[in-house]
Formats: sequence, C-alpha cells, structure tokens
Amino acid sequence: MAESVAFRQLSGSSARFWGLLAALAVPLAFGAVAYFYMEHYGHIVTGMDNQIVWGMPHVFAVFMIVAASGALNVASTASVFGKTAYKPIAPLSALLAISLLVGGLAVLVLDLGRSDRLIVAMTHYNFKSIFTLNVFLYNGFIIIGAVYLWFMLEHRMTRYARAAGTAAFIWRLMLTTGTGSIFGFLVAREAYDTAILAPMFIVFSFAYGTAIFILVLLAACRWEAQPIPDALLARLKNLLGVFVAASLYFVVVYHLTKLYMTRYNDFERFLLLDGGVHTLLFWIGQVALGGVVPLLLLFNPRTSRRGIAAACALVVLGGLAQMYVTIIGGQAFPQILFPGMVESSSFFDGVVHPYTPSLPEVFLGLGGVALAAAIVAVALRALALLPARLDQAAEPQV
Amino acid sequence: MSAGAGKRVDEGISRRGFLAISAATLGGVMLAPGIRLIEIAGARAPDQPASSQVRWGLLIDTSKCAPGCDDCVTACATENGIKSTGHPRTDSQWIRKIELKDMRSGRTHSAPVMCQHCAEPPCVDVCPTGASFKRADGIVLVDKHTCIGCRYCVMACPYKARSFVHEELSDQNPDVPRGKGTVEGCTLCVQRVDRDQQPACVEACAKAGHNAMIFGDLNDPQSEIAQRVAQYATTKIRADLRLNTGVYYQGL
Repeated sequence: MAESVAFRQLSGSSARFWGLLAALAVPLAFGAVAYFYMEHYGHIVTGMDNQIVWGMPHVFAVFMIVAASGALNVASTASVFGKTAYKPIAPLSALLAISLLVGGLAVLVLDLGRSDRLIVAMTHYNFKSIFTLNVFLYNGFIIIGAVYLWFMLEHRMTRYARAAGTAAFIWRLMLTTGTGSIFGFLVAREAYDTAILAPMFIVFSFAYGTAIFILVLLAACRWEAQPIPDALLARLKNLLGVFVAASLYFVVVYHLTKLYMTRYNDFERFLLLDGGVHTLLFWIGQVALGGVVPLLLLFNPRTSRRGIAAACALVVLGGLAQMYVTIIGGQAFPQILFPGMVESSSFFDGVVHPYTPSLPEVFLGLGGVALAAAIVAVALRALALLPARLDQAAEPQV
Repeated sequence: MSAGAGKRVDEGISRRGFLAISAATLGGVMLAPGIRLIEIAGARAPDQPASSQVRWGLLIDTSKCAPGCDDCVTACATENGIKSTGHPRTDSQWIRKIELKDMRSGRTHSAPVMCQHCAEPPCVDVCPTGASFKRADGIVLVDKHTCIGCRYCVMACPYKARSFVHEELSDQNPDVPRGKGTVEGCTLCVQRVDRDQQPACVEACAKAGHNAMIFGDLNDPQSEIAQRVAQYATTKIRADLRLNTGVYYQGL
C-alpha cells in the first residue's frame, strides 16, 4: 500500500536545479514578452483575423487542458482501480495534471482580448455557457487534485485517498466532457456540431496525458540516475498503446459520422483530401506520426526505451497536430449560409480561410508549456513527491 | 378653423355639408395630438426599458437589392464609426453584401447580411460573462463593459456576423462604444431605433431608391414588415437551425 512507499524530493545539486529553472525561464520570458506585445498592440500582431479567431494559443491551451486530465490516469489507476504498482508514481501523476492545467489555462487567459478583465469572468456567469461551466470544472479540478495529492502524501489522510482519487477521476471525466463540448455544442460550423467530440476528447486525453506522463517520468528517472523498472515501463507503454488505438477508433467514427451525412461531405472532402496543410497535418501528423507509428513502436516487444520515449513524443506531436486540425481546420472551412449557392463577399464568405501562426502566438503557447514544466520542477524539488525507490513499483504490493 | 368653415356656409354650402365638414375638422383637431402621442410612445424615454411587446426585425427583398450597390454598408460604417484600417482580414464588418449564384440554375442574387438578431441566439448561449445579450425587443447586443474578448460568440454565430476588434480605434462615434479586444456586431442601430428612427442601412437603401430593406415591429400586425412577411414567401438564413431570426429574406 501507499504507506509502504517512501517519497523524497528531487535530488541533485543546487546548481543543476537552478540551471534547469534558468533553462525554463527562457521560454517563460519569451511567453511573457509575447503576451505584453499582443496585449499592447492587440491581436493585429497575431496570425488571427476575423475568419480564424482562435489560433495557436488555443491549440496549445486546449491540448494542455486535455492532456492535464489524462495525466491523472496513473493516479486514478492506482487509487480508483487498485493497481498498486502505480502507487509510487501516483503523486507525480496528480502533480503533472495540475501543472498542465495551470499552464493551459494561463495561455487561454492571456490570449483573451481583454485579459485585464479576468475578474469579470470570475464574477459574471452565464450558466448556459460551456465556458462558464469550465471555469468551475477547471478550478474545481485544481482544488480536488491538490486535496487528492495531499491525501496521498499525508499519512493521517491516506485512508481518504481512494475517495479523493475517485472524486478526481469523476471530475476529470466531466472536465474533458466540458472541453470537448466547447466544440461539440457549436452548431455553426461543420467540423463541430456533434456530441462525439466530448468522448473523443476524453480518449484523446488518456493518450496525450499518459504520453506526457511517461516522458516526465523518464526525465525524472534520468535526472535521478534511477532507471525505471522494465515491468513498470511495459505496463505504462501498453496502457498508452490501448489509448492511442482507442483514439484512432474515435477519429474513424467521427469522420464516418460526418461522411454518412451528405451535408457534411464538402467539409470531409476539404479535411481529408483538399485541405492543404490541414489534410497534411491530419494524415501525416495526427494519424500516421501521432497514431500508427506510436502503435507500431509501443506494441513491438523489441522496442527500446528510446523507442518508447519516441513513441510518447510522437503522440504529443500528433496531439498538437490534431488540435490544429480540429481548431484551425474547423474554422478554415467556410461557413455555409446559403446551401446550394456560390457565395462571395468582401468578408471572405465562401472561401477557405488561410492562417499563418505568428511568433508571438507560438511563444505564448510554449510559455504555457514552460510554466507547466517549471511548476513540476519546483514542486518536485520542494515536496517529497517522487518515490525513493522506483524498483519497488514493479513489485505487486497487494 | 371652424370659424373659417362657418364663413363658407354663408357662401352657399348646405347645412348638412357644413355639419360634416365641422365634425371632420373637430375630429381631426381632437385626434391629432393623440396620434402624435402614440408616435412619441414608439420612441421610448431613456429611463424606460425596452418592451417585449415589440420584436424589431428586417425584411430584405433581394429582388430589389442591386448587385454592386453597397449604400447600406457605407451608411452602417458612417453611423457606427467603422473605418477601414487597411487590414481587410481583421477589419470589422457589421453588415456585408454577399453575392450569390445558384449552382444549378445560375440565377444570381445580392443580399446584405448582418446579425440576424435571433430569438434563440447561440452567441448569447455561449458567452461566459453574459456580455452577449438579447434585449426585450429582440435586439442582440454586446455589453462592452463585460466582454472579455474570448471570441466564443464568433465561433458560435452561424452567420459570421460578429467581429473582433484587433487593434486600437480612434475617432469613435460617442453613441456607439467600441473597443480593442472586444467583440461587436450589428446593433440594428439601436441608438437610432430608440429615437424612433430607422437603422442607417434601411434609410440608405430607401434613399438610393431601392427600398430593398424594411425595418419594423414584427409583432405589430399593422406594420409593413409584418404584413409583407404574412403576405409573401420569405426565408431565413440557416432556418434549419431554428434560431428564429429577426431578419427575413424575400426573393431568394
């Protein structure tokens, strides 16, 4: 049980740790500068316009928010489903979940047209809005995740860890349902307007979160010069493999649904055949590099640790490609106001909308990633969240 | 006036005729102020809330809308202080002319498209702070003080009727607050409607002699718009979404 696992802080010299933080400070500083630049001049300095109103910041933000709930998988598997092998790494899982969510939310909030009015968003609510529900779901997740983390680590509270873990698990399902529904409940655009986006985002979150978790675990073990036991890594990579396969299944069902309905056929033709960068990112990025190749790597018993790490990195890149296709591709396809007619106007009706991400947008997104990484690093250094001996994890401890 | 009418009696008008003219004149004198008062009541006082008895709407007759004419767009820009910044992709467009060509018949239409002032507006549904709201009289607006610039309403609008202000603005019309980082769209010239005037686009269309746009109260069976909607076949854009728009199109 958890009581038998000893935890400790991130080791290493001060210089090494501060070196890590200094390295993270670079993208953080670039992100901060990008934010103030966009805040000062307005969104005119981004690649966004009145056709593509959600750009790269949303790609990063939604990806991290989706991955955040998935990063909790390992902790959930340990606490809710009783897989004790994961208990030593459960606190890291909860920490990563909270950090990714904070990083993603920071990007989302800093991309607002009036980020100075954040207090308005926290004091004026329209409860029919998915965004409003998400304000509660996201903040609630951070609180529940923090309580769960506390219960896992505080010996007097460990008996409540399972209850807190169950609450966090249910909450993360609601959270990603909320994130998927941001798009799913939009009737206005062909790419969205389908409830399948909610469960699809949940399955995506399983894959993205687990992939990031494995990468962070590998990095932490490398830092500690403490190799992950083969059995633990094998469990994790198989788990990721199942999630990647399930993600591909949902992608197939989503597109079959749209293909079956004639009115969506033009959109499907755009995305699957004629969409230029979107078609390329879908087939090469999301499906091949983000899905098929990782599957081959993960389910090949001869794949090395390096290969598993590569598979995780590919799942992350594929996830970013998926978000780009979903968010930007969904907006690039023109909104049809008059079916059966060719539309043209000075407001770019009837034509595919181009989009070129600007550097400030990318820096803002990367700044969010760096923020999440910095929170993980500082928390691991300040709190005893890492298992003292990872090889304990491989032992069945029931 | 009755004294003048009395003079004419002496000039040979019959007694019955005199009585009829007198009654009509007296009736006119007595009723006219009442009629005027009803007109004034249409332009509500600043401290009076908008009435849900009214549903403001537009009827656009595409058979009268001239291709290439954009008087409505120009009038909207002048009234609401919308200027080109030289960045067409980021410039706001509250109203635009869409040129249409039927793919099968080849028939062409030209139609102004603006916020459709839905009875069930998706922009209002998705707005997290309630900045997007619908007035009791059906006009859909953005509260510029509570809009946080999340652009969710732009994503949700099926009519591409919302614009996000991408850069600093100058020389604004004091009646029409706008601001960098917030979302905006057609207000049906609410500042004019509240003064019992027509929206600028409608006025400009009439001035150009097209009369392709009619503004009025859809709830008033006596209004021209209600009668035209009752009499002629009209359509709504994306009627499949059942948003019950306040803008009707005739001739499409």
